[in-house]
This record gives sequence, structure tokens and C-alpha cells, in this order.
Amino acid sequence: MTALGLKPCPKLTRPAGAPVYLDYQATTPCDPRVVDAMLPWFTEKFGNPHSRNHRYGWEAEEAVEKAREQIAALIGADSKEIIFTSGATESNNLALKGVAHFYKEKKNHIITVVTEHKCVLDTCRHLEQEGFSVTYLPVKTNGLIDLAALEAAITDQTAIVSVMAVNNEIGVIQPIAEIGALCHRKGAFFHTDCAQAVGKIPLDVNAMNIDLMSISAHKLYGPKGIGALYVRRRPRVRLVPLITGGGQERGMRSGTLPTPLCVGFGEACAIAKDEMGAEAERLMDLRNRLLGGLRQRLPEIYVNGDLDNRVPGNLNISFAFVEGEGLMMGVKELAVSSGSACTSASLEPSYVLRALGVDVEMAHTSLRFGLGRFTTSEDIDFAIDHIVEAVEHLRAMSPLWDMHLEGVDIKSIEWAEH
Amino acid sequence: MAYSDKVIDHYEHPRNVGALDKDDGAVGTGLVGAPACGDVMKLQIKVSAEGIIEDAKFKTFGCGSAIASSSLVTEWVKGKTLDEAASIKNTDIAHELALPPVKIHCSVLAEDAIKAAIADYKKKSGKDEAAE
Repeated sequence: MTALGLKPCPKLTRPAGAPVYLDYQATTPCDPRVVDAMLPWFTEKFGNPHSRNHRYGWEAEEAVEKAREQIAALIGADSKEIIFTSGATESNNLALKGVAHFYKEKKNHIITVVTEHKCVLDTCRHLEQEGFSVTYLPVKTNGLIDLAALEAAITDQTAIVSVMAVNNEIGVIQPIAEIGALCHRKGAFFHTDCAQAVGKIPLDVNAMNIDLMSISAHKLYGPKGIGALYVRRRPRVRLVPLITGGGQERGMRSGTLPTPLCVGFGEACAIAKDEMGAEAERLMDLRNRLLGGLRQRLPEIYVNGDLDNRVPGNLNISFAFVEGEGLMMGVKELAVSSGSACTSASLEPSYVLRALGVDVEMAHTSLRFGLGRFTTSEDIDFAIDHIVEAVEHLRAMSPLWDMHLEGVDIKSIEWAEH
Repeated sequence: MAYSDKVIDHYEHPRNVGALDKDDGAVGTGLVGAPACGDVMKLQIKVSAEGIIEDAKFKTFGCGSAIASSSLVTEWVKGKTLDEAASIKNTDIAHELALPPVKIHCSVLAEDAIKAAIADYKKKSGKDEAAE
């Protein structure tokens, strides 16, 4: 037992023949300690937390409020400021549409960043169609925004600035405290999508001047289907709700709370609060081992995004002259993600990598490696061998690799784009 | 995305990977696609005095379906006349490999690669028409 009364981190065994999971930015497995905490709330303690007339309701309400406190404690908030939602997509929708709609008589401008998650960008597109004006800030080649550009973009019409803390594809950490200070100085609310940040890096809503924060449980070893929106109370941020009904969650999000999911989310936050520091160190070692191992054995590989301002559990690498989807097929013993066009229905390569100024051809060659709580050094050594073998196999088959070896500049060729 | 068994087989055991001497008069080289689009195919054919494709090699930068499409056509063109090879349709390739709609462009590229290799051979050998 640790100081918080938590059991030590268990090991998760991989089913025989299953690939090594290196896609922790997509989702994480539920920590077995989280599952243990959730189980009673499905069966014997099944009450509706909003039932006021009997013990079933009271105990469920107590569990939900404890979870709310655990979540608040991880980000330095008050539990009254935590609104449960179905996940970060809903939280981002609620923050942006909620604030935009509430303050629309006074302000009509929103600022966000081109590398935000699709659910922020798409929500902004919808708000543009309603008549709001949206500024999409560019990023520098390291994936970070330019604070001077943000400052210049904020006007007295700016209702809200939305900048994610950690990017889902390249793991870079934006200067959240500086952005928060700037927004408050200029009188705009600051919303941050922290789906990839909570439980990974220290966050404090007061120190960082954050007014709204989106959180997802399944990115931090909690259950899928639940998230939260932190909404500042002093000074108060007001929202028009997306979902109306019984007035739960201070009227901002109606609907019966899913007690087991709330409990699991809370437990996941308590574990993260206790273990985040040690976990970050361990993941940093594993990430350095992976990058070092690949660089030692493979020429012409490039890390996308800033390596210093980055969560330890993320690497995004372009393997020049090898197409990403072909490479994913070659590393079938690994579960990873690609920035290549071919994995998406649109056939466009990653808009995040393109926003960094990564060439289209290099964007096609990228893989994202996500390391997490249950990744071992054996997994990393296995991954290095497997990736090196696949890249060498595919480069031996790549006409572009031949041209590179012959000293031909691929950019000098007039390709027939198709 | 799940791949067909045939795509996986060609990807894992590609046929005829390699290069022929592009300066050999009997060799035609086709280079199609673009790195920016995520696939580039180089297909080479060696044509006998009788006008029969006696060898074919490929190198491909691309996804599994692109690699499989080019590997497959190197098998198909061997032993064929230039006219026969030129009549291979992308739909035949897509059908053989059970490519999903989003991957049809890989088979189109493979068809283009054959045609480009034949055109290059004809240009080099000064033949306006395919050898019989």
C-alpha cells in the first residue's frame, strides 16, 4: 500500500499472440485497481445518485462526490467546479459552444490552434457557420504556438481562447501557464483540452489561469465513456448547456450520472496523482531507450515535434523513404498509429504534421509510438528489433531509398501527382 | 483495415523485387506515382528479341496494397507480349487482390507502371509498334 492507501501498480499480461500495445495516446487500458473500485457500483450498489429518498441513492451520491473530489484534487480545482460529461469530445463541445452562446451578445470571436483535436476544430467550424469569427493560430516547426501571435490575435471581441495542453499526435506541451496569464490580462476566457495532459503532467487551474479544462478518463487508465469539464467558479464562467433535462451538474449537463464510471474516473485520478512523478521518469527512460535504439540502427529518421517540451510517453518519427501504412503492416507485432494518408479515409496525410511544416512526403512516413503504464523495457527492445527489421525490408524495396543512396534529390524530380 | 490474404502474401513475400539495368536497350523502365501522394512504383521489364517480356522487377514505396499490386503485375507480365501486358486492367488487379474501394488507386498505379515501362522500352528501341 502507498501513502494514499493505493495498492501497488499491477502488471497486465498480454494475451498470447497479441501485438505489443504502443498506442497509449489512442486509449489506455483500465488500471485493474480502477476496475476493482468500479465493480460494486454495477451490482449491489446500483442506486441512482440523484435519488434522494433511500440509501441506494445516498451511497451512490457519496461515491460520485468522492470521485469529483479526486478529479478536482489532480488539477488543483474545487470539486464543485467539475462537471461530468461523456468524454473530452463532449467537454470541448460544451466549453466552446456553451461559452460562445452565453456571451454572444457581447463577444463573437474565438481563438484556437490549427493542431487542435478534430473535435475542437469541427466545433469551431460549426460556430463559424452560426456567425462567430474564429482565428486559427499557426504553430512553429516544433509544434508550439507563438505567444506574440496569440497576444496579437486577442481583441476585446474575443470570448474564449482554446489551446490544448498536450497534442495527441506529437505529444508537445504548449506553454499553458503563459497562455493563461495572457488571456486573463486581455480579458478572454481560457479553455484547454487536457485529454492528453491530465495525469501525465502537473496541472493547476489557479496557477495556470485556466477557466475551462476538458478531461477524458480513458486516456488516464480510467473507463471509456466518461470525462469532465472543469468550469471556474471565481470569477464565474457561464455556459449554455448542450444537454438539458433534470438539471444535474449545476444545470450544465443534465442526465443521470453513471456511478461506476464516475468512481473509476476518480480512482484513476487518485492513482495518477500519487504515481505521476515516478511514472513520468520511467516512461522518459523507456522513450529514450526506444529513440536511442532506433537512431543507432537506422539512418534518416526524424522526430516530429519538440523533443524537450513533450510528454514522456510519446514519440512521433518519420522513417524517410518508407510509407507509414506499409510500415505499420510490417510491424504487425506492434499496435501503433500512422500519420500516413493511407490509414485515413480522406487520403490526406496528418494535418498536425503538415501544420509543423513537415513535407507531405515525410508526413506519409510517420509512425506514432505511445508508451504508458504497462509498457516494459522488454516491449521496447522487441519494438526496436521489429521496427528496424521492417524499415530495412521496406527500404530495400523502396525506389526512393535507391535514389537517396545514389544521391538523387527526390525533390528535383518532376513527379506526376495523381 | 483488414487486408486480403493475397495482399498479405505479396507484401510478406514480394515477387521480383529488384532492378534491371536501365541502360540496357532491352529494358524498359516505368516510374509512376509521387512521394507526396504516398506511393511511387518503379517497374522494369526486359524484352526478348521475339518481343516477349522475359523478366520483370519492381521497387515500390507505398502501402501494402501498392506493394502487392506491383508484385502481382511483375508475375503477370512475365512471358507475355507487350500487347498482352498492355491490356492488363487495373480492375483485374483490384479483383485478384480483393482491394477495397479506397485502395483502387494502387491498382491504377500498377497499370500505369506497366504502360510506362512498355512506352519507355519502345522509345529506347525505336519501335513505334509493339513487337509481335
